[in-house]
Amino acid sequence: MTRRLAPSVNAGSMADIAFLLLIFFLVSTTIETDVGIMRKLPPIIDDPSDITIKKKNIFRVELNQSNELLVDGTIMKVKDLKTAAIAFLDNGGGTGDLTCAYCKGNHNAKSSDNPNKAVISFVNSRETNYETYIAVQNELISAYTELRNREAKKIYGISYIEMKKRLKKTNSKEDKKVLKERIKIIQSMYPEKISEAEPRT
Amino acid sequence: MSKFKNKKSAQLPEISTASLPDIVFMLLFFFMVATVMRQNTLMIQNKLPVADQIEKLDKKDLVMYIYAGKPSSRYRASAGNQARVQLNDKFADVTDIKAFILAERASKREEVIPFLTTALKVDGDTNMGLVGDIKSELREVNALKINYTTRTGDVKDNFNP
Repeated sequence: MTRRLAPSVNAGSMADIAFLLLIFFLVSTTIETDVGIMRKLPPIIDDPSDITIKKKNIFRVELNQSNELLVDGTIMKVKDLKTAAIAFLDNGGGTGDLTCAYCKGNHNAKSSDNPNKAVISFVNSRETNYETYIAVQNELISAYTELRNREAKKIYGISYIEMKKRLKKTNSKEDKKVLKERIKIIQSMYPEKISEAEPRT
Repeated sequence: MSKFKNKKSAQLPEISTASLPDIVFMLLFFFMVATVMRQNTLMIQNKLPVADQIEKLDKKDLVMYIYAGKPSSRYRASAGNQARVQLNDKFADVTDIKAFILAERASKREEVIPFLTTALKVDGDTNMGLVGDIKSELREVNALKINYTTRTGDVKDNFNP
């Protein structure tokens, strides 16, 4: 009676096989999630009715074919755009029904009446560079975000961005409901009104 | 004294590599779990612009990708120098976008269709004319939720070559 040892399997090539699989997954997969600026396109309306908007309630942003930025007809640098947009949106020059109680702007009668009335009109040329276009979009949105952050901090003690982050993280239904409600209120104080016309040649 | 001498002359024992497969498997499983399969092979240059007012684009199954940019050097001879649109793995015309969106919609479950987002992965060095054309095509098929895919960073970096 001889007790034989079970023959051992040579596992030396196991590492090679695993490496092979590993390299396959390294090559064929990606790790990053995409990020970007979310926008909503306007739906096509068959018979656009004429809406008259007072000239003082329009903030004209224009990008021409040589990537120059024109705001209300004057040349401006992209880095100054945010401040200009905030000054326009937060002006609150209206009286009576249009009074804006929470605006902290100059209350200039020649600029926008109320954030609810203020429209940013953004026109670009077909020759404009996409990078510049994105930079301008980004600055306009950041103007809205800054104003919303300010109001959210004042009312709820927490910034608008933070509220949005929490809404994504939280699992409880009640929290979600409260946060959604609050975000809606803040958004209605400074509604995003960026109108993009057909590009000019 | 002889004891010490014996030890010194003894050969070094071989290092056991038995745990090497385990280590590699661990790495393998990490990559399998943390990554997703690459969807398209890029045939265009795709240096995305930079922005900081961004939102994450999670739920990858609800995203349709439209790429645009100048053909990369391999394809320049066949596709030319002008900026082109790429859908799936092929160069396409702007007019093909409608069919592409409809096909994508048909392949999804009906209840998720309102949540579909179109991600525009456009090279920073493209003219807005092409992007405008893409946008008007999307409006015509009522695919209104779009995302200008960007990299994260300071806007000023857009203007440094």
